[in-house]
Amino acid sequence: MEKNNYNITPESFEFVQLNSNIHDVKLDSKPVSYLKDAMRRFAKNKGSVVAACIILLLILIAIFAPIISPYQLTDRDRVYSNKPPMIASLANSGFWDGCYNIKSQNETDYIKYNAIYTETGYNPIAKVNKTYVSQTVNGEVTLRDLHLNTYYSEGVEFQTITLDEYKAIQEYQNENNVQILVPYVMPGDLVPNSQGTFADSQTLWNGDGGANYWYKVDKNGKPILKNGQLIPAYKKTPNPDLYTKGSQAWLNAYLESTQFPEYNSKRIASDPYDSTKKNTGYVYGTYKGDSVHVRVIYYNYYIYKVGHEPQFWFGTEQYGRCIMEVVGRGARFSLLLALCVSVINLTLGALYGAIEGYYGGAIDMTMERISDILSGVPLMIVVTLFNLHLAGKTGVVPAFILAFVATGWIGMASLVRKQFYRFKGQEYILAARTLGASDWRLMFKHIFPNSLGTIITSCVLVIPGVIGSETMLTYLNIVNLESSNTASIGALMQQGQACMTTTPHVIVFPAIFISLLMICFNLFGNGLRDAFNPSLRGSED
Amino acid sequence: MFKYALKRILLMLFTFFVIMLICFVLIKALPVPLPQGSEAQKQQIMAMRELRGYNKPVMEQFFIYWYRVFRYGDFGMGEQYLVATYVAEEFMERLPATMLLNLYSIIFSIPIGIMLGIYAALRKNKWQDHVISTGVMIFISVPSFIYAFIIQYIFYSKLGLLPQIMESPSLHGWFSWPMFKSMIMPIMSLSFGVIAGFTRVTRAELTEVLTSEFMLLARTKGLTKSQSIFRHALRNCAVVIVPSIMGEFIGIMSGSLVIESIFSVPGVGALYVNSVTALDYNYFMMLNAFYTFVGLLAGIVVDISYGFIDPRIRMGGKK
Repeated sequence: MEKNNYNITPESFEFVQLNSNIHDVKLDSKPVSYLKDAMRRFAKNKGSVVAACIILLLILIAIFAPIISPYQLTDRDRVYSNKPPMIASLANSGFWDGCYNIKSQNETDYIKYNAIYTETGYNPIAKVNKTYVSQTVNGEVTLRDLHLNTYYSEGVEFQTITLDEYKAIQEYQNENNVQILVPYVMPGDLVPNSQGTFADSQTLWNGDGGANYWYKVDKNGKPILKNGQLIPAYKKTPNPDLYTKGSQAWLNAYLESTQFPEYNSKRIASDPYDSTKKNTGYVYGTYKGDSVHVRVIYYNYYIYKVGHEPQFWFGTEQYGRCIMEVVGRGARFSLLLALCVSVINLTLGALYGAIEGYYGGAIDMTMERISDILSGVPLMIVVTLFNLHLAGKTGVVPAFILAFVATGWIGMASLVRKQFYRFKGQEYILAARTLGASDWRLMFKHIFPNSLGTIITSCVLVIPGVIGSETMLTYLNIVNLESSNTASIGALMQQGQACMTTTPHVIVFPAIFISLLMICFNLFGNGLRDAFNPSLRGSED
Repeated sequence: MFKYALKRILLMLFTFFVIMLICFVLIKALPVPLPQGSEAQKQQIMAMRELRGYNKPVMEQFFIYWYRVFRYGDFGMGEQYLVATYVAEEFMERLPATMLLNLYSIIFSIPIGIMLGIYAALRKNKWQDHVISTGVMIFISVPSFIYAFIIQYIFYSKLGLLPQIMESPSLHGWFSWPMFKSMIMPIMSLSFGVIAGFTRVTRAELTEVLTSEFMLLARTKGLTKSQSIFRHALRNCAVVIVPSIMGEFIGIMSGSLVIESIFSVPGVGALYVNSVTALDYNYFMMLNAFYTFVGLLAGIVVDISYGFIDPRIRMGGKK
């Protein structure tokens, strides 16, 4: 075999590097922490980012809507109930004009709305959508589909006020040159031949919108026309000079004519049948006990009473409360409740789960049984029982929170327990234990922070669950928050559902709000969960 | 497996017993309201109370309660709501409406849900998948009563196609067209959530199974794509889907309180809500027992059916 001579001299070697060191080059890029990485991956998930923005917007609405709204929860208005949304500056949009379309209005209805216009100066008919002739048993009938301004169509209302208020209104009328009080109409004057038909006119007069009759009608409410014009039925001040002085009739007339001598207000709407005369001869109110019964133009009366025009951005519900206020308050309550519950659940569940998971064995067994039993009770039963027991003592809201917490922490506890089982056997825990760390320190300094991401995420996912259950329970009226000066979206929706066919706006706003809130919280929570899950790292790229 | 099932059932009965004890004690701790109704009814109720030992200690009452339940099927009498009626009889009268409604709903929604899920999984990350996933997200998040409102508004208020509330079964009988027609809206409202749930589970399971190695093996040994999906992928998905179908079937008894309230279903939900608002504790106690039992039963049926379906879990149990 040929002998190779491998004679390598030290000179044939040369150093790879002489001037630089061989240890690790300093990393140019910055280290990315777990939190930062999660945030970066969260930001990549566009849906979740949008959801987070919408949540922020909804929270802002919940905070600011009750502040912006000029109304309080206690502001109820019997007349302006179930009114559609109205914003004067956006009235041309077709949505915020406070109008509803109503169908098949006959001639009587049409005249009624025009009469309201004559009496109040506000035209309730925004638009006549369609005029058509329909065949009925009584022959041909002209019907109209109207676009009706429901704020104006209330027209005139009866009000019972004190004499002082009556004088104050007159003063206000003279100062501001608006008319609130309109001439009074007695039921007997409404239908001609009052003796025979008084009962009929009384029912018309007392009926819904009865104050709007200022013209003579037959007993069905159909107007009687003279030369195509309505005949006013205003009560005129009787003239005592027409009667024999000293007789009972004279006395009655005298008393009635001097009943309100202070009245010096002017009538602004022109007299429908005699425009030359200023009708100072009309009676503007009658005594009803110690107070005065008057007919008021409700729109102006409202401005007088409240100080601004009736404008409800989201409309009103059946008690005449501003829906924006109710939704805002309800949302505040829902969000605060959900936040409260999830924080308490987190604390309780983390403690319980940590003890279970860390110690294991018999302690774990016993505690698991207890939480098993509690988790078997359906939520609505827990809420009902807490409501029955505690609502009287602590108030509805604390009882409600406690009910949610009573079984809500179990989910969190089992999550934390799982995390503890996962981490407690790892070497770094062993190392810490060897160094003499106490149990408490191991649990909350070494294990707990590792599972924090998962726990926070499920905390976020608890929120929509709580809001959903809260809405459901208040919808069903199992829990009634009316007494505790808060509103609830569920109760509002329950009201809205009853009148969904006629006034759908009552249910639309709370339903949209709650749906958006639920969708966004779920999207946001899912995005957060994916971002905090290290095993998904890189899989999306 | 049998041992495991027996253990679970015994444990469930124990849990049920403890929960009932807690509920019973809590209800008895509330002030006892005076009975309503006519003089004769009041006397009847007072006699019933005497029979059930209202003046005895609570624990004794508890045992009398359950003794009477098992011996005579007697859950007591309505004292505030549906005065002087037997709770159990009223309940049995209401149960069919709830069950039928939910049965229809799951019969329609489970196949739809599973099919949508399969379709989405097969078209993963294509536009069909995105559409379905977005829909699922929306329908899972939005509470069911909101789409109940939408359905009611469209089909009743606007189109006037369907009756607003459910018919009474005494009019036409359970299985008649007017009856079914009046049930369409509640069925639809109940179904969306179930469909979305099943679509999500199926899609998640199937996308996971489709990427596993045995699927690749199945394709390499010459199966077509559909063969491999039906014979291998779907069977593996069934491990998760079938137990949740079982749970769904048990859950049909409890139904949905809100949907029943919106559509005035003469079912168990209305009984619960009304008895709670009227503070009728006998009805309340029985319905507590019912809802708790159904909930626990659904849980254990799901767990046990895992074992029956998946041989790996069954074998694991033997070790």
